[in-house]
Amino acid sequence: MSNTLANPPPSWGDPTLTDAEKRTLAAMCARMIPASAEFKVPGADDPLIQADIAKSLGRDATAVHEALALLDRIAGGDFAALPVAKQDEACATLRAEGGMNLTLTTRIVLQCYYRDDRVMISLGMEPRPPFPKGHVLPQGDWSLLDPVRARGKIWRDA
Amino acid sequence: MTDPVDILIIGSGASGGAFAWSMADTKMRIVCLEQGDWVKPTDYPANGRDWEARRYSDSDILPNRRQLPADYPVNDDNSITKIATYNAVGGGTVHYAAHFPRLHPSDFRVRTLDGVAEDWPINYRTLEPFFTENDRMMGISGMPNDPSYPDHTYPMPPIPPGRSGTRFAHALNRLGWHWWPSAAAIATQDYEGRAACINLGHCLPGCAQGAKASTDITYWPQAIRAGVELRTNCRVREITLGPDGMATGAIYYDRDGQEVFQPAHVVVMAANGIGTPRLLLNSKSERFPNGLANSSDLVGRNLMLHPWPVVQGWFHEEMDGQRGPIVSIWSKQFYETDLSRGFTRGYMLQFGRGPGPVGEAQAGIESGRMPWGEGHHAAMRRYHHRRAHIGVACDDLPEPHNRITLDPVLKDSHGIPAPRIDYTLSPNTAAMMEHGIARATELMQEAGAHTTTVSRTVLNYPGHLLGTCRMGTNPATSVVNEWGRSHDVRNLFVIDGSVFVTGGGVNPTSTIQAIALYIANEMKQRLDTLFD
Repeated sequence: MSNTLANPPPSWGDPTLTDAEKRTLAAMCARMIPASAEFKVPGADDPLIQADIAKSLGRDATAVHEALALLDRIAGGDFAALPVAKQDEACATLRAEGGMNLTLTTRIVLQCYYRDDRVMISLGMEPRPPFPKGHVLPQGDWSLLDPVRARGKIWRDA
Repeated sequence: MTDPVDILIIGSGASGGAFAWSMADTKMRIVCLEQGDWVKPTDYPANGRDWEARRYSDSDILPNRRQLPADYPVNDDNSITKIATYNAVGGGTVHYAAHFPRLHPSDFRVRTLDGVAEDWPINYRTLEPFFTENDRMMGISGMPNDPSYPDHTYPMPPIPPGRSGTRFAHALNRLGWHWWPSAAAIATQDYEGRAACINLGHCLPGCAQGAKASTDITYWPQAIRAGVELRTNCRVREITLGPDGMATGAIYYDRDGQEVFQPAHVVVMAANGIGTPRLLLNSKSERFPNGLANSSDLVGRNLMLHPWPVVQGWFHEEMDGQRGPIVSIWSKQFYETDLSRGFTRGYMLQFGRGPGPVGEAQAGIESGRMPWGEGHHAAMRRYHHRRAHIGVACDDLPEPHNRITLDPVLKDSHGIPAPRIDYTLSPNTAAMMEHGIARATELMQEAGAHTTTVSRTVLNYPGHLLGTCRMGTNPATSVVNEWGRSHDVRNLFVIDGSVFVTGGGVNPTSTIQAIALYIANEMKQRLDTLFD
């Protein structure tokens, strides 16, 4: 009974996206988080980020498949082929009707977007894992406890 | 069948580790069965760029989400608070926040003081030396002389309050409320082979630095060196009973799936407040058709889960974000009973830091604070690293209908019936929660938050599993006696959070481990008469 998992079980759903699903996902991501010259960040439809998303479905594979299918249905068949204005309309409907499947899909998009080097640098973060460098936490001023000490004991004898 | 052992411990978490270490000096043959495996520090999420994503996958606190081979499913559909567990060497201490308050003296005397629930058969003074010993073994950081407790000291100085803790401290002082640096099972200095905390981030999914005290790196190395055998990947199916009414050992599945019977002279349950009653309820016999040691019908009842509303606040100034332990300071201003508040007992306010970017963006999109489209980036920069939170740790009193039973359908990977949870809030707890939410919101605003939100129960799962085999002197109203021995089966002991009579309003690990050490000590003192 291991604490790691070598392969995803079938119950999580197909871990791969079809080409059509990839097109729908990329188009949706472009509407969710577009590229920004102002903040010097790519959009969530960036090929590197899309590749990361495609291999990160894990426990939420079924939710992603269903959310993308719903979006295509809302779009009348092919969300990626719609003009941008129509895509935004379809996304608004998806956000109203997508439920937990959309919540989980959005989380996967965000998980991959916000670990991209370019995005982390734009946020003022170092593009690295927490270990081994860690972070610096400002030390405090424990003299702030003086008024608490002055008020004395508050626990109840029992 | 294997050779008999003197003591068989089921579970290697907070209580099992402490108990095994304490009993090792008897030189008896002691074996512990753990259904999970050792987890290497290099496997913890903080080692990778995907650290935040893994908190929602293989390092999620919910077993129903993780679905690792070591996990068993839990039907918690009928509980507003979901069940958080971790199954590995170290158990829940691998995944806890390491907040380490003790129960207060009044928590042991709620019937006498407040006329509710039951008094414990032991008290704070009973446990005091074991609190101290456990603080030393786990390596606890904190500030002595907190006015909300009887005086005690800690091996290490407290965790820095950081930006968020300091901001809250000023606000608390303006309101005239109690606060104090949190006691934490996090090394703030190099300690007994553990490196000091370097603020990797939230501590829940395991500490790659080894600064957080989980029993796999505190008690277990010493227990194993002293001769205790720890068998991993061993899932216990049932405790067996002999014709004399004594436990004879346990049947378990080993790492190869083979069924093994391990005979034992003493069986010690340390599988947490869900796992222990589940296993006892699964251990049926002619003598105990409703589960082992369950003549009282209290095995699985009186479940306490610590409802934990959270108030989030966002500030214009930069806060700590995920860059430090989640815990910083606590307030016991509303801990002791004041009936003018409209409820009995009380709660702790636990002040915490903020999430990483994924958590912030996810919450922002779900709430509508962050739009899809062009405005996303600017909104993210208004909220990122500007959040702090206050948790309200409520003392939910025991109620028999809050309970664990065996699910008639759901089973684990070995076909063993899974636990089903039925849990509702009492009016007293609901009133306490609302009071706490109001006070936390007031404080958040006093601290300068420009936006606040409240999460009452959804997503707040502290993983505090208490009360389901409670201790007491009366066999009709308790499962084990005042030193953890089953009233029904004289060589069966329970040492985990199941034995709590009431839950208090604090994180329970410190008290769970003190109780495990206390019971070990009682057993050692009574070896000649243990079964009398």
